[in-house]
Amino acid sequence: MALDLAQFHDAFFDESYEALDSMEAALLKLNVGAPEPELIGTIFRVAHSIKGGSATFGFSEVASFTHTCETLLDELRGNRMQVTRSLTDLLLRSVDVMRDMLRSVQNKTPVDAQRVADLQFDLEVAIVQKNQAPAAAPAAPVASTAPVAAEPSAEVKASGAHCWHVRFRPYQQLFMRGNDPLRMLRELAEIGDLTAVVDASNLPSLTDIDPESCFLCWDLRVRTDATREVIEQVFDWAEGDCELKIEEEVVAAAEPQPAPAPTPVAEVHAAPEAPRPQVVGVPAAEHNDGPKQGLGDGSSIRVSTEKIDELMNTVGELVITQSMLSQLGAKIPGSVAEQLRAGLAQLERNVRELQESVMRVRMLPVSFVFSRFPRMVRDLSQRLGKQVELKVSGDQTELDKTVLEKVGDPLVHLVRNSVDHGIEMPDVRVAAGKPATGTVCLDAYHKGGNITIEVSDDGGGLNRDRIIAKARARGLISATEPISDAEVYELIFLAGFSTAEQTTDISGRGVGMDVVRRNIKELGGSIEVRSELGKGSRFIITLPLTLAIVDGQSVSVGTESYIVPLITIIESLQLKAGMVNCVAGTGEVFWFRDRYLPIVRLHDVFGVRPRTTQLHEGLIMVVEGEGRRVGLFVDDLLGQQQVVIKSLETNFRRVEGVSGATILGDGAVALILDVPGLIRVAGQRAAA
Amino acid sequence: MTRILAVDDSPSMREMVRIALLAAGFDVKAAVDGQDALAQARASDFDLVLSDVNMPGMDGIMLIKALRAEAAYRLTPILMLTTESSPDKKRAGREAGATGWIVKPFDPKQLVATMQRVLR
Repeated sequence: MALDLAQFHDAFFDESYEALDSMEAALLKLNVGAPEPELIGTIFRVAHSIKGGSATFGFSEVASFTHTCETLLDELRGNRMQVTRSLTDLLLRSVDVMRDMLRSVQNKTPVDAQRVADLQFDLEVAIVQKNQAPAAAPAAPVASTAPVAAEPSAEVKASGAHCWHVRFRPYQQLFMRGNDPLRMLRELAEIGDLTAVVDASNLPSLTDIDPESCFLCWDLRVRTDATREVIEQVFDWAEGDCELKIEEEVVAAAEPQPAPAPTPVAEVHAAPEAPRPQVVGVPAAEHNDGPKQGLGDGSSIRVSTEKIDELMNTVGELVITQSMLSQLGAKIPGSVAEQLRAGLAQLERNVRELQESVMRVRMLPVSFVFSRFPRMVRDLSQRLGKQVELKVSGDQTELDKTVLEKVGDPLVHLVRNSVDHGIEMPDVRVAAGKPATGTVCLDAYHKGGNITIEVSDDGGGLNRDRIIAKARARGLISATEPISDAEVYELIFLAGFSTAEQTTDISGRGVGMDVVRRNIKELGGSIEVRSELGKGSRFIITLPLTLAIVDGQSVSVGTESYIVPLITIIESLQLKAGMVNCVAGTGEVFWFRDRYLPIVRLHDVFGVRPRTTQLHEGLIMVVEGEGRRVGLFVDDLLGQQQVVIKSLETNFRRVEGVSGATILGDGAVALILDVPGLIRVAGQRAAA
Repeated sequence: MTRILAVDDSPSMREMVRIALLAAGFDVKAAVDGQDALAQARASDFDLVLSDVNMPGMDGIMLIKALRAEAAYRLTPILMLTTESSPDKKRAGREAGATGWIVKPFDPKQLVATMQRVLR
């Protein structure tokens, strides 16, 4: 039977990475001094199953290393060793090494053998030191062979250099562990020429016999080349359930064995054969919470994201076709059309449900990204000499996989900033009347049709005066211009802006916040800052649930339609003559709520011929992007709808002020506006 | 057909055992932990149970004890599938009522050969 073990490798790697993540998480939770047994159990189990798996799949380096790890963990588990800070560090480093080794094996790249050997040595030293028993020192090599019945070969059977005399006296309970003397007799018969003599003297009368007890004994003689170990192995599972004596008899050359009335083995066995009680209708255990998800239970399968994207795309086309049909259906008169419309309404619901289902397939919990932070915060704070506690909430909130992958780096940056710049040194905190241990919080939650992720800390907060001083020194703002808090905080998102007193190797080189904002913007999201000096800062990231669909408002300009993302719209209004002023350098403005907003004429930006150029004849749509508001002048509002985003970049090229395109129900193409980009473009035009 | 219940919390191990035994012509059901195995064992009728030892929640030793307490599984062969080659674990397994053990790592051939030992 040739079974290719390679087909299980990917599953093994995936589950091992996951297991290492949980090992890491458990190590981070482990209390020095008073470790929770469950956590140690979890940690041990991870090392244990990685060892088992890698040995099975032939990754001997990984198996050897995890074996050492496991030996140490077994000492912890058995309370023969104390959990110390340095031991936790050692184990965390071991997690890193195991992860790297697995990755090397998976990618078929060489393992950093020196690093592995060094750490393995450290682990062994730790085991020896704590045990103070050198005997237990270096880990024994992983057991490589199982006590499997020797496969009998023809040669063994043939000649017979030894004659083994086996006296086998099973205790009555032999059957109770599922062992069967017949099996052992058969195996002996396979090893060599077997002569079996049964002793049935203890057998009670038929009326008294207990079919589940063994009353027979055997005198067995095997002529074979096999060694004593092979014979012993046949009985290894019966140890403790029988008396066993194995002796070698001198084989007389040609002396025929006295035929000892060989009882047919099968018949001997017939008596103690246990009847198998049939149990019908036993109710399933109450506490059975059902099979968990996992490979091979049929409850989950692995699918490449490409396939899901294809599905998503096709569903997108279906949405377009459906809305095209709906528009057509609305135009048809008559009673049949009534039924058609009912059918189309049903179709619309079904398509929407289908679309949502497919979208859900792409969703992953935020913990996918959050899980890396406990370790990061621990390492960082240790290096900086700070005390920082990380609090995570809402890590089960689900988000599109692509969004999640892309938001990872910005989050790392923000958390790093919080620990490095936000949280103060313990003495500074105490002097300020705060607890010595700072807190960094990661929260994820739904808000509207979006996901919000917050990174907050109770550190020093942004220093408004220092930011202003820095910005003035760099000529980013004029020396006299009054500036609001929101505008001050916006400054930190400018390229090359950093106020850290000294740069560290962790953060503070001034590259970063601008990149953070750019990455988040690319995802169709936004980031804002709230801060209070001495109390901490809060970075609020808003992300779309998915990148594939946007809720939009269609507007018309001349014969063209444009889609404005709903999230950017504040209000739509009609201007009356006289509400518009002209300001030099900015152009047309109008008074909205408490300030003047510039007017951006969409027909000017895109160079199309509008129905009207008179502001009071069209509509003004107040939109917001990156904290700036403008009034967008359009001909008319059409309707709100969800549209499927088609990338303009992959199909055409990047166009400033446009985030993509979509196909409308009538088959026409509409551009989806990128409001922040549009505001920028308009600003440049006005300035020019 | 001989019905086997294979218990392992590691999906890759479980899948490998399952495929190996399927290929050897057994009827195999897989369980993800002790609880799951016990429920499946109660609901059905297996000729042999093959269980990992180290599992979260109900581990292999607890499972063997629980199975031996079931009328239908008092005499059924139960093999422990384990990396623990220490005498302690084996003794614990034996005391719980295990028929025998298979030490990881093993290859599919060894696995089937060892199982054949206890199957009628």
